[in-house]
Amino acid sequence: MYQIMAKKTLNKDVDLMEVKAPLVARNAKPGQFIILRVDDEGERIPLTIAGIDGDLVTIIYQKMGYSTQLLGKKSVGDFIEDFVGPLGKATHIRKKNHVIGVAGGVGSAPLLPQLKAYHDQGIKVSLILGGRTKDHLILQDEYAAFCDHIYLATDDGSVGEKGFVTDVLKKQLDSDPTIDHLIAIGPVIMMKYVTLMAKAHGVSVDVSLNPIMIDGTGMCGNCRVTIANKTYFACIDGPDFPGEEVDFDELMSRQSYYKDEEHMCFIDLDNHGR
Amino acid sequence: MAVKTQRTRMRTQDSIERQSNFLEVALGYSYDEAIAEARRCIDCKNPRCVLACPVEVNIPLFIKYLLEDALDEAFETIYKDNILPSICGRVCPQESQCEGACILGIKSTPVAIGALERFVGDYGMEKHLADTTVPELKHKKVAVIGSGPAGLANAAGLRKKGYDVTVFEALHKFGGVLQYGIPDFRLPKNIVENEVQNLKTMGVEFVKNAVIGKSLTIDQLFEMGYQSVFIGSGAGLPSGLGIPGENLSGVYFANEFLTRVNLMKSRSFPLSATPVKIGDNVAVVGGGNVAMDAARTAKRLGAKNVFIVYRRDEASLPARLEEIHHAKDEAIDFRLLRNPVEILGENRIVKQVVCEIMALGEPDDSGRRRPVGTGETVTFDIDSIIISIGQKPNPILKDNTFGLKTHSWGGIITDENHMTSIPGVFAGGDVVSGAATVILAMGTGKEAAETMHQYIQNKKT
Ligand SMILES: Cc1cc2nc3c(=O)[nH]c(=O)nc-3n(C[C@H](O)[C@H](O)[C@H](O)COP(=O)(O)OP(=O)(O)OC[C@H]3O[C@@H](n4cnc5c(N)ncnc54)[C@H](O)[C@@H]3O)c2cc1C
Ligand SMILES: Cc1cc2nc3c(=O)[nH]c(=O)nc-3n(C[C@H](O)[C@H](O)[C@H](O)COP(=O)(O)OP(=O)(O)OC[C@H]3O[C@@H](n4cnc5c(N)ncnc54)[C@H](O)[C@@H]3O)c2cc1C
Ligand code: SF4
Ligand code: SF4
Ligand code: FES
Repeated sequence: MYQIMAKKTLNKDVDLMEVKAPLVARNAKPGQFIILRVDDEGERIPLTIAGIDGDLVTIIYQKMGYSTQLLGKKSVGDFIEDFVGPLGKATHIRKKNHVIGVAGGVGSAPLLPQLKAYHDQGIKVSLILGGRTKDHLILQDEYAAFCDHIYLATDDGSVGEKGFVTDVLKKQLDSDPTIDHLIAIGPVIMMKYVTLMAKAHGVSVDVSLNPIMIDGTGMCGNCRVTIANKTYFACIDGPDFPGEEVDFDELMSRQSYYKDEEHMCFIDLDNHGR
Repeated sequence: MAVKTQRTRMRTQDSIERQSNFLEVALGYSYDEAIAEARRCIDCKNPRCVLACPVEVNIPLFIKYLLEDALDEAFETIYKDNILPSICGRVCPQESQCEGACILGIKSTPVAIGALERFVGDYGMEKHLADTTVPELKHKKVAVIGSGPAGLANAAGLRKKGYDVTVFEALHKFGGVLQYGIPDFRLPKNIVENEVQNLKTMGVEFVKNAVIGKSLTIDQLFEMGYQSVFIGSGAGLPSGLGIPGENLSGVYFANEFLTRVNLMKSRSFPLSATPVKIGDNVAVVGGGNVAMDAARTAKRLGAKNVFIVYRRDEASLPARLEEIHHAKDEAIDFRLLRNPVEILGENRIVKQVVCEIMALGEPDDSGRRRPVGTGETVTFDIDSIIISIGQKPNPILKDNTFGLKTHSWGGIITDENHMTSIPGVFAGGDVVSGAATVILAMGTGKEAAETMHQYIQNKKT
C-alpha cells in the first residue's frame, strides 16, 4: 500500500498527488512512468512520473473516466493499493541547441521532467502550452523556472493565442532558425500534427506515446505501436519515440477500441469508498 | 499380474453447462475412485514412471500409502519432491511424463498418476499437511526474482535451509503464469494462493510491484546485503506472427486476453473495471496449452464460434491431451493445417483472417512432419483473433543487468549449477529453458536452492 502524502487541485479536471513509493523513487528518471491500481478491484492505469522528491513520487492526472475519478476521490493520508515503477525507458537526451516542448492539456505533466532534463544539460528550452481554456494550462510556474520562453494557446482565446499549439509552433519555426528539436506530448492527434510540421521544417521531434497498457512490463502486448513499420511495445521500448516514424493513425484506432466500454463500468463510484 | 480394469475416469462438469462458467472442469476423484485407481498400480520394482517424472516423485510409494489409507504419508512422499502436488496433479502433461512411461500403458491404459496426485495434494491442502517448519534464521539474505513456480520452489528450498528469503514480483499478485495465465476452470486460484500462503507462513517475505532491473537492479540487491539472487522471471514476452494486419484492433496476444480475464477479472465486467471484448467469432492461432486456454476462455465469455487455427495436424498439437479433449467437448472448432498469412480489417478493426492450406512434409527437428504451404488459401470471418504461438523471456533484466549473458533468443545462459555469467546470480524456469512446463520450472528452482546454498557456504566472507 502506498500512502498519499500531498494532494493539490490544478484545475477542475486535474489533480497532483505525491505518493510515498520508495521502490519507484529510487531509480526513476525523466520520461518514465508508473502503473497504479487505486484499490484491490482496480484497473491498472499508467501515469507519468512528474517529479521525485526523496521517497515521494509526483503524479498529475486528468480525471477522464472511472479509474482516474476514483483516484481523485482519495485524500491525503489515504492509500493506493498498487503503485509500480519506474517503467519504460528514460528520455534520451539528444545533443541539440534549442528545444521547444509542445504540450497539450495534461501532456504538460509528462513534458515537465523531460524539458527540465534538457535544460539541465545546458540546452536552451522553450515551451508552447495549449489547452481548452486558461484553466487548462497547468504547471506554468514550474516551467517558468527554467524555460527561455513560454507561449500559450487556448481554444477559446481566454489567454495567449486563440487556436492550436500548432499555430503558435508554425510561427516559431518560421521565425527562429535556432530551433532544432521538438518534444510533443498530448493528445495523439496533436502529436501527429506537430510531427507533420516538424517534418516540413526539417526539425527532429520526439513524442511520448500513450497506448492502452495493462502490465507495463512487456508481457501483454496490448501497448504495441508501429514505429518505422516495425512493432514495438511502448511500455518497454518507449514510451518516447521519434515522431517521424510513428504510425499515429494506428495508435488512435487501438486507443479507442474500448471507448464504449470505458463508459459502461457499473461500479458505483460514490459508494466505492473504503 | 494381469491388469483387469481400465482406468477410472475423472468426473467432469457437464460439457454444455461449463461453457458459461469459470468453475473447474475436472472434478477430481472421490476417495473410492482414488482407491480403485490406485489398485491398478502393480508397484513395479524398477518403476519407469518415476524416471519419467522431472522431479522423480516416488509414485509407487505414495500409491502404496494411499492404498493403506495412510494419506498423510502419501502426501509427505509426494511433497518431499514436489511442493506443488495440487497444481502439478492438474496441469502436468502427464501423458508425456509419468503416465507416458507407466508400464500399464503398453497393454492397457496407464495408471492415472496425475489424478491420484491431485487427490492426495488436495487432501494435504485441506488438512494443512504441508511442512512449514523451518530452522532458525541464519540471517543470510537471498533474493528471488519472480513468483512463478520456479521462484516459489526456490524460495521454499532456501527458506528450509534457514535463509532469509525475499521474493520480488513485478505484478500485483503472486504465482506467475499460474495466476495470470492458466484459467480458473483448470486451476482454481485459491490453490495458487494457498501455496503462496504456505511460504508466507514459513517466513518468506513477498514484495509485489517490484520490477527488478527497474525498481531495483541486481547490483542494488547485492548492495542491500543479499548474498545470492535467483532469477525466475519466466518467458512472458509474447511472439507475434509477423503478418500484415497484426496490429489491427481486435487482434490480441493470448497474454493480453488471459491477463484481462484472469488477473484483471474482466469476465465480470462491467462489475469489474477492466473490460474485454471478443465478439461472436473468435479465431485462436496456435495448438499449445495457451491456445486451448484462450479458446475455452473465449467460449466462456460468450463467443458463439471459436476456431483453433493450427498449421500442423492433430497428432502434432502440443497441448495436454486432456485439454484437447475438453476443448472438443466444448465445441471448439479445430481448423487444422491452416496457417494465417494475413489479417484483414475494416476501419482498422479485424474482420477476416486469410489462412494458407498446409500439407505435411518430411519430419523436422522436432520429429513432427513439417507443414508446407500449398499456395491455396481459405478466408474466415472473425470478430477477434487471439495469437497464441509462443513466448520468449522478457528483456527487462537482460537489458538492465550488466554482464548477464543470454542466448540470441533471450534465454539466460546458466552452467550445470544453474549459475549465470554473474557470480552469485542463478536462474531457472522458463527464463532459462524457454516456455516449458510448471514441473520443469519448479524442478530447477528447487535444484538451484541447493547450489545457491553451496555457493554461499563456499564464499569467503
Ligand atoms: C505511458 C503513459 C503515461 C501517461 N501519463 C499520464 C499522465 O501523466 N497524466 C494523465 O492524466 N494521463 C496519463 N496517461 C493516460 C492515462 O493512463 C489515462 O487517462 C487513464 O488510464 C484513463 O483511465 P480512466 O479509467 O480514468 O478513463 P477511461 O474512461 O477508462 O479511459 C479514457 C481514455 O484513456 C485511455 N486509457 C484507458 N485505460 C487505459 C490504460 N489502461 N492505459 C492507457 N490508457 C488508457 C483510453 O484512450 C481511453 O479512451 C498516460 C498514459 C500512458 C500510456
Ligand atoms: C496460458 C498458459 C497455460 C499453460 N498451461 C500449462 C500446463 O497446463 N501445464 C504446464 O506444465 N505448463 C503450462 N504452462 C507453462 C507454465 O505455466 C510455465 O512453464 C511456468 O509457469 C514457468 O514458470 P516460471 O516460474 O519459470 O515463470 P512464470 O510462471 O512465467 O513466472 C515468472 C514471474 O516473474 C515475474 N517477473 C518477470 N520479470 C520480472 C522482473 N524483472 N522483476 C520481478 N518479477 C518479474 C512475472 O511477473 C511472473 O510472475 C502454461 C503457460 C501459459 C501461459
Ligand atoms: S509431478 Fe507431474 S510428472 Fe511428476 S508424478 Fe506428478 S504429475 Fe507426474
Ligand atoms: S510404472 Fe505404472 S504400474 Fe509401475 S509403479 Fe509406476 S504407476 Fe505403478
Ligand atoms: S503494457 Fe503489456 S506489454 Fe506493454
